[in-house]
Amino acid sequence: MHLHPQFLAAAKACLPVLPGVLAFGAICGVAMVAAGMPYSLAMLMSILVYAGNAQLAALQLLTSDSPLAIAILAALVINLRFFIYSLSMAPHLAAAGPRWRPLLSYLLTDNGYAMSLRGYERPLQAADKVWYYLGCSAAIWITWQIGTLTGVLVGARIPADWHLEFSIVLTFLAIVAPTIRDRAVAAAACAAGITAVLAWPLPLRLGLLLAVAAGIGAGMLVENMREK
Amino acid sequence: MMTVTAFWLLILGLALTSFIPRASFILLFARWPVPALLQRALRYVPAAVFSAILVPGLVLSAGSIHLGLDNPRLLAGILAGAIAWRTRNTLLTIVAGMLALHLFSYLVRQS
Repeated sequence: MHLHPQFLAAAKACLPVLPGVLAFGAICGVAMVAAGMPYSLAMLMSILVYAGNAQLAALQLLTSDSPLAIAILAALVINLRFFIYSLSMAPHLAAAGPRWRPLLSYLLTDNGYAMSLRGYERPLQAADKVWYYLGCSAAIWITWQIGTLTGVLVGARIPADWHLEFSIVLTFLAIVAPTIRDRAVAAAACAAGITAVLAWPLPLRLGLLLAVAAGIGAGMLVENMREK
Repeated sequence: MMTVTAFWLLILGLALTSFIPRASFILLFARWPVPALLQRALRYVPAAVFSAILVPGLVLSAGSIHLGLDNPRLLAGILAGAIAWRTRNTLLTIVAGMLALHLFSYLVRQS
């Protein structure tokens, strides 16, 4: 079997991001079993959903007794960024046939998107661009699933009094804290956090949606104030 | 604890809500221009969503607010947040945060 040279070049170019993908996959696996998922369902989720942040957010909400619909809605909000990635990748994948497009869509990730765009800084033929994207995405997919499987198997052996469910909160801290580099983002994070706590008693965890709206509003408000 | 049926519904729900945004433009290839206002709003989505989920996990226990030094999750969260902000290292943040949680829990129990 011969793999396309651009497929291999892309997989090689992605090597530096793979340790991070492996570690985050493992964290996700541990968190799924800590939330009480049987390991077969945890692996099924990892393969069918393949969106770590959305999975963790939904599980964190379910373990704090939120309704299923709110957990799924929160996951959708977290996945909104994929609309932008999809929009931005579509012209680069113009050479792909309709049969390939569901697979190409399924494989879209933060890292795969970022690494493909970096690869497209060199001039590439339309078909080569598709192979390049596939190479990045395949390397990331395999690494992610190995990480998740490791996390699921290890997580099942960790005693409950280690409180590993706290690692979900810590993962989100690790995602959010480094992005707070300007006042507008800081305002968004603070407004959302404070609103979420104060609005916690609202029914159906509606406070969460209120908090997201407050955060986005605060961020845009501070951004506007600085422009003037 | 959740039932197996609830987990199945969760998997199906998440599979759909993850696939639809990804497929939106790649599969449908609509050349729809994203409005500028939406693009600006999307910049704040990650900070807003993740904060809204994580902050209650630090300060609430059984639905009431605990802001004192006797709340190990809050203390561990502040420490982990500072580490994440400085180092941008996910794994280090999680390991340090978990160790801090257990250390602070131990200290609170002793006092």
